[in-house]
Parts: sequence; structure tokens; C-alpha cells
Amino acid sequence: MNLSALTLQLLQDTLVVLAAPLLLGWVNQCRAWLQNRSGAGVLQPYRKLIKLFHKDAVLAHNASPLFRFMPYILFACMWLAAALVPVLATDLPLSPAVDVIALVGIFALARVFISLAAMDIGTSFGTLGARREMLVGFLAEPALLMVFFTASIISHSTSLITIVETLAHTQFVLYPSLAFAAVAFVMVLLAENARIPVDNPSTHLELTMIHEAMILEYSARHLALIEWASALKLFAYMTIGIALFVPWGIASANDWVSLPLALTALFVKLAAAGAGLALLETLSAKMRIFRVPEFMGTAFLLAVLGMLTHFLLGS
Amino acid sequence: MPALLPIDFVAGVILFWLALALLGLALQNAPRVIAQLLFPLSAAGSLALAAIALSALSGPTNVAVLPLGLPDLPFHLRLDALSAFFLFLLGAAATGISLFSAGYFRTMPGRTLGLLSFQYHLFLSSMVLVFLADDAYLFMVAWESMALSSYFLVTTDHKSPENRRAGFLYLLIAHIGAIAVLMCFGMMQGGHGDYTFSTMRGSHLSGLWASAAFLLALFGFGAKAGILPLHAWLPEAHPAAPSPISAMMSGIMLKTAIYGILRVTFDLLGTPLWWWGTVALTLGLLTALFGVIFAAVQTDMKRLLAYSSIENIGIILVGIGLTIIFHASNMQSLAALALTATLYHALNHAFMKGLLFLGAGSVLHATGERNMGKLGGLIHQMPKTALLVLVGSLAIAGLPPLNGFASEWLLLQAFLLSPALPQPYLNMLVPVAAAALALAAALAAYVMVKFFGVIFLGQPRNEKLRSAHDASGWEQIGLAWLALGCIALGMFPMFVIHHIGPVTQFLVRHQLNGNTTQGWLWLTPVQPERASYSPLILFSIIVTGVLFTLLLVKKLYHGRLQRGPAWDCGFPEQTARMQDTAEGFSQPIRQIFEMFFGVIREVPSPFDKHPHYRGETIDRLWNLFYSPIIKLTTAVSALIGKLQHGRIHIYLMYSFLTLLALLAFIR
Repeated sequence: MNLSALTLQLLQDTLVVLAAPLLLGWVNQCRAWLQNRSGAGVLQPYRKLIKLFHKDAVLAHNASPLFRFMPYILFACMWLAAALVPVLATDLPLSPAVDVIALVGIFALARVFISLAAMDIGTSFGTLGARREMLVGFLAEPALLMVFFTASIISHSTSLITIVETLAHTQFVLYPSLAFAAVAFVMVLLAENARIPVDNPSTHLELTMIHEAMILEYSARHLALIEWASALKLFAYMTIGIALFVPWGIASANDWVSLPLALTALFVKLAAAGAGLALLETLSAKMRIFRVPEFMGTAFLLAVLGMLTHFLLGS
Repeated sequence: MPALLPIDFVAGVILFWLALALLGLALQNAPRVIAQLLFPLSAAGSLALAAIALSALSGPTNVAVLPLGLPDLPFHLRLDALSAFFLFLLGAAATGISLFSAGYFRTMPGRTLGLLSFQYHLFLSSMVLVFLADDAYLFMVAWESMALSSYFLVTTDHKSPENRRAGFLYLLIAHIGAIAVLMCFGMMQGGHGDYTFSTMRGSHLSGLWASAAFLLALFGFGAKAGILPLHAWLPEAHPAAPSPISAMMSGIMLKTAIYGILRVTFDLLGTPLWWWGTVALTLGLLTALFGVIFAAVQTDMKRLLAYSSIENIGIILVGIGLTIIFHASNMQSLAALALTATLYHALNHAFMKGLLFLGAGSVLHATGERNMGKLGGLIHQMPKTALLVLVGSLAIAGLPPLNGFASEWLLLQAFLLSPALPQPYLNMLVPVAAAALALAAALAAYVMVKFFGVIFLGQPRNEKLRSAHDASGWEQIGLAWLALGCIALGMFPMFVIHHIGPVTQFLVRHQLNGNTTQGWLWLTPVQPERASYSPLILFSIIVTGVLFTLLLVKKLYHGRLQRGPAWDCGFPEQTARMQDTAEGFSQPIRQIFEMFFGVIREVPSPFDKHPHYRGETIDRLWNLFYSPIIKLTTAVSALIGKLQHGRIHIYLMYSFLTLLALLAFIR
């Protein structure tokens, strides 16, 4: 572990935590434009976070310590996930601690904690949200794992760094298995980040909520941390998608010269991905909760199909 | 006098336990002494056993011959790496369970407790003998005494007819399994007439006989482990037994079956054939998925845990199947990886499931309620138990950085390395199997959120829960021991793998070198570029993240906090009954996997004076597999019954006819 790598790790940690709300703001702004609204600007998520941090927290009478600590655990998990994906360079000293399977494990850890906290107060909507979140989760998690497995069988490794290095620095090859995996990944991304068509992040109708139903009881700094963690999660998923499917432009180890280029490439890719997400959300309608298992089942089958394709075609 | 070998110390522990067993019988008038003296002493014995086993793991193989048993047929004992590993599992898990028992049984009446203590120590001793046995004779004696003592433990509360029925079912399936195990040994001795294991190692069976022996072993030991379709006794026996007994049976006794499969397949039969692996893999996956889906719809907390045990046995069997496939294809390093994951998961399961069953016991003690639909909000009354059970729940849900994740991670790594397999069709099977395993692991998280959330979180669903008390001192020590085990096994996987090394060396002639160049911090089963995982670093980053955020938020802004009523969404009459019940929480699972269940539903009509809702999910395998066998047995018995008339002259005629037939046969 050398100093430059450590600097890079710290740089990325700071970058992701500060830039994550910007990505969310950009997606919301694109959505507003597509819906012929002027929108609140890309900085709106920051304003919301500051407002929430200044408020006094209100806790239900029977809230347990688990309820109070959950936002911090959630935030730390999502920060860790976002910080470990190689976005700028493939030289992150902490990244070997968490491979793709462990990354899925961290997302699961966060999901279990937020669901438990949702059940803690004992209101009907909280438990309803927890149940639905776990429903989406148990279908999305194996699908995500299968997507990762397809990529790791191509690169003979489950380490994210090796996967990215293999995919970015080898000759351009079109992998049919990765195409299946990419579709599955987008579906998982939509479901896991509570986006339309699975869930609506800006809903006010409790009956259709999934993610929002779980955090109805949260306020002030706790809510701010949860919102920030959601932004970080979206950021992490987007960067994972970039790392797996369009990794070109990433700087290699100890290559500080190409870092500005990598940064520019990352911003362009993220902007494009955010706009694409907004377009997807605008074009589709939210589906009924009973349809979600079919949607997620399709994602799961596509991911398995991707892996089978790899074995069939041998590429 | 020759120096004492580890095997002598293990024999010493057995004698110590047997002495405790007799003391328990003698002290029936002093239940407090039994609970608070004998059980802690027993825990000390278990701890000693774990220490001996740990030191014997890397040591040489010890053998001993006991002049017990029948004349000319002494008991052969042998302590090798495989036995030592399972003895360690037994000792380490039983320490926590015995400590917990000291608190749990303190209110039991003396007579029952004396008998229970007797059976308890007999049970422990026979499990040790199962692991030590080096001939089929001692093995079967220990195996049967284990089954019988656990039968009496399951039916401790024999006044209730359900418990008696559960105990009978358990005994029945155990004996059907034992017959298969006996037949398996009969095949393996290969006509030598000598039932020691060393003869069996030497008799090289032909492929057909070896396969038959393997299938019999899989069936016989599978009946003990709860492999599909012989799982039916688990969800009946575990709720019936007292909680420490459930913990012992699920955590340790199921592993004796795993030990048996490993011993027969890799040690006694020599090199396995590859298709055995596909059988074990398929059965394991079916068992895992079946177990976890049924666990998700249970409302009785101990039944839920029993089904979760079925799931974990399935995962272990998947590991065994993968090991067989790799071993038969001469890929020893991959076989070692899969076997390490298998053994690691078995060890983890002993801790996690022991912890959860004991935690369920504390809840049962405090509330007198096993039905999750009548629990809730116990985190306020039982905060310490809740914390310890949370550790177990997260561990069994396979979440980093705890132990369940570490072993599942290793198993998935073994799957990902399988493209190197020579058989093309196996290659196709493996991604599907990995997907099914991932699905089972994800569903386990669902089950555990339900288990912990419905019991400990939310509002109490019953007024009497408000007066529940936390677990007693001994109980907490027992729970804490197992919870610490879960954390330690998760945080330091390198040490675990290092100690499993001799076992894999013994069984598949290879061990993971543990990559000492990478240090003990990193788990790198193959090469660092290939895969690495460091639970300790992961954990410290999360803890640092939490502390950093906490400090920053408090410093930069404020820590002001108010308490208020929960938000009621504009409907002020919220009651505890509006939370999701255990049935409600599992509704999506019931809907998605409807075809696997038989569902009985009684829905009230709007005009009912006393509306009553009942929903029940039934195991279809019972009707498909067990009912025909029961019917057949009854029919055959009825036919045989026709021979019985109760008149002496008819029986004399039978004897006469038999004699005539024999004479004709001899001529």
C-alpha cells in the first residue's frame, strides 16, 4: 500500500460522498425537463439535506436504540459500497477487502437493517414497507449476484478491480453474456433504488410505497442520513454499472496524468446514465406491487441466462 | 507408564460426563444443585473437549482399543483430523448450551431434571463416541444410544400427546435411517466379515457396490440430517423438545450425520465417483430451497428455526456434492476449497442455530409463548437477549462481517471456479446451482428479518408481554458465548481455514495453503487477484464510518431530540394488531411459491358474529411421500394379521408346515 494509492482512496471517498446528491439532483432535473417542468435545479438535494440537518429530531415513544442507530449504519454501508467501486482508477488499497460477493452482502446488510428499523415502531405502514422491501430484495439480490458472476467468470476473478482491468484493458470484444447481464442489471438498479416502475421515489400515497413507507417515522438528521444514503446507493449502482459495462477511460494504477481524463469520462458517463434513468422513468408507469415478483423474476432469469450463454458460447 | 494421548483425554471427558449423568440421577431431590452445579461442570468438560480436539487437529492419528463390548469384539477408537474437527464443533457449541441450561432448567421439578440431566450427558457422550468409533459395531451402538437418549430428551414434556407423537416420528425415522447405515456398513466390509473401519478402507469395492453403499449412506445419514424427503421429523421434534435440547440436536446432532457422510464417502470408500456429487448437489439444493421457503411461512418460532436447519443442511450437502465432483475429477485444490467451505459452514451453523434456539428458549421462558403472532416488542423488555439474538439472526442471514457470510462466500468461490470441470454437462448445471444457492441465501435474510422483527420489534401484541423479564445470568452467559463464537468465526476466517487444513489434507489430500504471504487479515483462497475478502477491515470501515458520521452530525449541527407519538397517517385508532403478523409478513412468499404449499384457508364472512380467520400451510411431501408408505405398511400388516388367529392348533400347524417345507428344501 503506497501513499499515492492511499491519497487516491481518500480522494474517492470524499468525491463520492459529496457528489452523490448531485447525481440525484441531476436525475430529478432531467425528469422535470422531460415532464415539461422547469425543475428545482441540480442543487436541490443539498438544500434538502441542510434543511433536514437543522431540524430537531422527533422519535416515537417506543423507538428502540436499533431505530436510532440504523441511519448511521445505513449511511456507513452505502458510503463503503460507493467508495470501493473503482471509478477513477483501479488502484484502491481498500478495494481488495470487499469483492463483488461481499459488496452484495453489504447491500443486503443495509437492507436488513432498514427493514428491521421499519418494523421497530410497529405501525402498519412500517411493517408493510419492510415486507415489500424484503420481497424486492430477495429477488434482486440473487439477480445482482448472477450479473456479477457472469462478469467474474469472464475475468476469472471476483475482485472488482481485476474485473474492471480485464474488461477495460483487453481488446474490445462484445460479450453476448454481458448483454443479458446488462439488461438484468438495469432492472435490478431500478428495483433496488426504489425507482419507477417498481417504486416511486416522489410518491405521497402510502398504499403504493415501498422505500418511503419504511422511513415514514424518520425525521431531521436521521432522515437526512437516510436520504443521503439513498443518493450514495444510486451513485454506487451507477458506478458499478459503468465499471462492468462501459469501463473504458479509467486510469490504471499509478497513472496520475490520466486522472483528469478519467474524471471527465466519469462525469460524462454519469450524466448520460442519469439522463437515461430519467428517460426510463418518464416512459414507464409504476406497476402494481403484485407484478413486481414477475419483473424481478425476469431480471433473475435474464442474469442466469447470461451466465448460461457464456458457457454455451464459451465467451 | 506411557504418555497420555489426546484420545485418552477425550475418554476422560466421556467418563466425567457419565459421572455427571449418574450424579444427576442421585441428586433428584436437589434440582438447584443439578442446574447450577452439574451443568456448569458439564460446560467445563465441553470446553476441555474443545481444547483437546483443537490440539489433536494437527497432531498424529491416535488409536485405542477398549476391552468392552462382546467377547472377541472389542471397541476400536480412533482420533484423526476429521474426528477432531467434529469433536471441536461439539465441545465448543456444547459449552454455550450447557451454560445456558444451567439457567434455563433452574425451575424444573427435581425428578424430571434428574432424568433430563442423565439423558443429556448420555446424549453428549454417545455423540463423542460416534465421532471416535473406528468399527461399525461401536458406531452403531453409539448411534443408537444417541438416538434413544435424544428421543427421551425430546419427550421430556411427555404429558402432551403432540410431543409424544413428535418423539415417535423422530424415533421411527431415526431407525429407518439406522437400518440403511447398517446395510451400508455391511456392503463396505466386502465379505471379510470384519467390521472395523480399517478393513473397510482396505476393501476396494467395485463401482456398483460402492455406489450402492454411498446411496445407502446418503439415505441413512440423510434421515438423521433432515435431507429431503426425510425431513419430516425436524419441524415436529424441535418445537417439542426443551430449547437447549433443540439447540443441541440442531446444532450438533445433525452434524453427526454430516460426519457420517464425509467419513463413508471420502475415507472408507476411497475415491468417489463424480455422479454421486451431482446426486448430493441436486438433493442439497432442493433441501435448501424447500427449507427456506417453508421457514418463511412458519408462525411457530421453533418450527421456523427447524426449517431453517433443513436449509442449512441443504447448503452443507451442496458443499459435499461439489467436493465429490471436484475430487472425482482430480482437482484436489478445488475439492479442498469446497470441503473447507462445507466444514466451515457446519461449524458456523452449530453456533448460529444453537444461539437462535437458545434465544427462542429465553423468549419462551419469559413469555410462555411460541407463537410469533402473540409476541412483539420484546426488545424493550429483553434488551440483552435481543442484541445477542440479533447477532445470530444476522449471521444466519449470511451478512458480512459475520460467520455465515464467510462460509457462503467460500462456497460461492468454489462454484465460480467450476468452469474448469471436464464434463460439459456439469458446467451447465453449475450456474443454475449457483443461482439457486444465491436465491436460498437471499431468502434466508427474509426469514431472519421476519423472525427477529416479529418477535423483538414493534408493539407487544399481547398485554402480558409487558411484564416479560430478560434472560437470567447463566442464560445470558451461554448466549454470549455462542454470539462471540459467531463474531470470532466471521472475523478471523484465516484461522478457521488454517485449522480445517489437516482435515481436507486427510480427506482430499490437499489443503488450502492459507496464503500466509497475504497475512492473517485477508481471506484469499486461491490467489489475491482472483478473490479476496477481509471481514475485519470491512467491519472496521463500517464502525469508523458510523462513529465519524455520528460525531460529525452532532458537532456540525446538534443532537436535539424530542419524543412524540408515532405518526398515525391521520387514523388515530392504531393498535398493536394492525402490525404485520407472522402470517402477514410471509404473505408474498405464500403467493409466489403457492404451488409448493398446500394452503388451507378459512376466511370469515362479513356476517359472522365471531369472525375467525385460519390459515395453514401444509407440507405436500407428506401426502406425496409419507402417506403412501403409511398406507402400504398398514395394508401389509393387515395381510399378515390374517395369519394370526390366536388358536394354538393353527400355530402348531404353521410350525408343522414350516418343518415340512424345510425338509423338502434340504432334500
